[in-house]
Amino acid sequence: MNKQITLAMGNGGEENNELITKIFYKAFKNEILEKSEDAAVIHNGELAFSTDSFTVNPLFFPGGDIGKLAICGTCNDLAMMGAKPKYLTCSVIIEEGFATRELEKIVRSMKKELEDNGAVVVSGDTKVVPRGSVDKIFINTTGIGVIEKQGISSNNISKEDVILVSRDLGRHGATIFAAREGIELTSDLQSDCASLTHQVQALIKAGVNITALRDATRGGVSAVLNEWAKQSKICIEVNEDTIPVSEEVEGICEMLGFEAVNLANEGTFVLAIKKDDEQKTLDILHSFQNSNNAVKIGNVSDAYLGKVLLLSSYGTKRFLDTPTGELLPRIC
Amino acid sequence: MNKLQLKDLYDGFRNPEVIKGFSKLINEEAKQLKYPINIMEVCGGHTHSIMKFGLPQLLPENINFIHGPGCPVCIMPKERIDHAYILAQQEDTILVTLGDMIKVPGSKGSLQDARAKGADVRFVYSPLDTLKIADENPDKKIIFFAIGFETTTPMTTALIDIVLKRGIKNIFFHINHVTVPEVMVELIDSRDEHVDSYNNRIDAFLGPSHVSVITGSKIYEKFPKKYHRPVVVAGFEPVDVMEAILMIVRQFNESRCELEVEYKRSVSYEGNLKAQALIEKYFEKADLFKWRGLGNVPESGYRLRSEYSNIDAEKIYSDILPKEEIEDHKLCICGDILRGMAKPNECTIFGTACKPSTPLGSCMVSSEGACAAYYKYGNLL
Amino acid sequence: MCLSIPSKVVKIDKECNVATVDTMGVTREAGLELMEEGDVKIGDYVLLHIGFIMNKIDETDALESLKVYNEILEKLDEEDRRNLVEEDDNCPNRGA
Repeated sequence: MNKQITLAMGNGGEENNELITKIFYKAFKNEILEKSEDAAVIHNGELAFSTDSFTVNPLFFPGGDIGKLAICGTCNDLAMMGAKPKYLTCSVIIEEGFATRELEKIVRSMKKELEDNGAVVVSGDTKVVPRGSVDKIFINTTGIGVIEKQGISSNNISKEDVILVSRDLGRHGATIFAAREGIELTSDLQSDCASLTHQVQALIKAGVNITALRDATRGGVSAVLNEWAKQSKICIEVNEDTIPVSEEVEGICEMLGFEAVNLANEGTFVLAIKKDDEQKTLDILHSFQNSNNAVKIGNVSDAYLGKVLLLSSYGTKRFLDTPTGELLPRIC
Repeated sequence: MNKLQLKDLYDGFRNPEVIKGFSKLINEEAKQLKYPINIMEVCGGHTHSIMKFGLPQLLPENINFIHGPGCPVCIMPKERIDHAYILAQQEDTILVTLGDMIKVPGSKGSLQDARAKGADVRFVYSPLDTLKIADENPDKKIIFFAIGFETTTPMTTALIDIVLKRGIKNIFFHINHVTVPEVMVELIDSRDEHVDSYNNRIDAFLGPSHVSVITGSKIYEKFPKKYHRPVVVAGFEPVDVMEAILMIVRQFNESRCELEVEYKRSVSYEGNLKAQALIEKYFEKADLFKWRGLGNVPESGYRLRSEYSNIDAEKIYSDILPKEEIEDHKLCICGDILRGMAKPNECTIFGTACKPSTPLGSCMVSSEGACAAYYKYGNLL
Repeated sequence: MCLSIPSKVVKIDKECNVATVDTMGVTREAGLELMEEGDVKIGDYVLLHIGFIMNKIDETDALESLKVYNEILEKLDEEDRRNLVEEDDNCPNRGA
């Protein structure tokens, strides 16, 4: 491991996993943690418990802001374990000089999202630090949810399952890159930032045989698929031409040399469900506006255990690896 | 004739049916080849395309790729990366460079490491972004660490032009631009006789797409004429590469040895004359440029002309920039890989000590390098 | 250093010597320093590289290439059909 922490270690990909495993898991060793799920399942499988910190820049972007993100992020992690979000905490670290009006805007955003999820903030903390100690504002939210469907786990995916995504990929990552200073792009692109609680509730209510769910945040869909392949010791085979990507995201990817599967999403999730429930699942997802283009993208095999295979429509295949490095635009 | 749509320029050259079609034709016609042929794709972008689209899986056994040194980041010698590292650490200095340079390790570490230690290093998408940085930091020295082949060279000169015309006093340049034909000659010339068997000989070149847009295809004339190697200048899309391979196969079957252009929609014989004039105005060839893994290649690098010494960081900071040569890692066989004498997976440290997050050699350093491409895409070959 | 993408010119600012290009709904500004004055027009397809327009894409050549690809596909399809018919003709199980 490096002597110093580098930006790449926060990328949600390979280096991030290395940092977590070699330092944090090593020290905090316990069964629950080692499951590496989106949220910890505690209290005899009744509750889900998760935390997340938000440092997005810019704070306000097309389709959302850091406040919306902070609530969606944690609520979605709980939803991914089949839980209904109930209680959240909210800790903020604010830089001296930050505009109060902006803070109010952010908090209003959080309120709206909490209402949508049916959750409340019950505890919090506020710190103000000298100018330069943080970049405007960092938010941490921690949440507890009540598990409505037990057994959802990234460790149990098998050949009986098919892999679906809830919508077109890469919107959030592409939007952030476009909005950030230094890369001037103008497009109608919006982040996909949204709560996923309702979709998950609908799937549970309809009795869908859900094996695993995960929202594709940092590292994108490719990070999720690789994590699943490793955790469940399977091979995930993805048909490249079924991967849904909007034209605008594709445009940004072309321009900056990214692949949409590596870009972050904040309102898109990957599902592993039993084959027989594929159509039922798609029908339910299609009834929601932000998953109306949900689609099956892959199958599970034992071809190369622990790996993700990308199959082209002209007969070639390659591995899709966990993203590495900072997500710098490829110039070459 | 139909009107061309922007989408056609993408989809039309990635059409899976056309890729399959070319694969069929190549497999058919390659049966007549008298001996197996090795095609070197010079440009890293081609290596990337070939590996990403899995093209070797579509070709017959008697067509083989040799991956060339076509990645200006990969071939950046440690000594020059150390220059960037040292310049970044100077007081009141901001080092500006393009994307991938951030990760390339020199002997002291990469620019990413320098940044983690507090140096002000900025990566930009375009050299023009340097102007904004300089404007926002009038009391700092902005050093543009310029990298790239002939594709990128004119953009640096356009920046130099603006800096001089506007009288901007706080931007300086460290030039590391390199050229393609000289290294192609070096690769042919320097081959060991014992090695020059069917297995390792470079039989033909896949000419780089966008270098050729700037230089024109004229720069490859000497390869069929003097070195008897056909050159087909190809675009980056998978259909382009497959079409170019078919064109090479046909040359061999028809006993021709020519310079051809597959990438007709963007490459002309003469190239972009305005860009060439800018390069000529500000740059001259340095006698030697050291390519990581290959050693010194004559006349393959550019430097600022002496009349522009006042913006030449290499001259201004010459007393603090080290001049000693640095050896590559002992187990690194990048030199052999770049010459086409070995494949990445034949390297003893490939994928173990040397991988994209901890690259030891030039070919692993950038995502365009042969080893990096193999690591990411190649395990299925 | 060769990543370069086809884009369409949607606006030209002669004063700043900058064009606005569109790549599938994403627009960006690009420098015209490497193109001769008046060479680039709105509606042209160009190659964009690290913030500069590098050249104009020849539409005729592009369309020509696409036409050739279609012809290749048609020819291969025809061959496939012919082969299928031949196979069928020569099939020992076929009734006389």
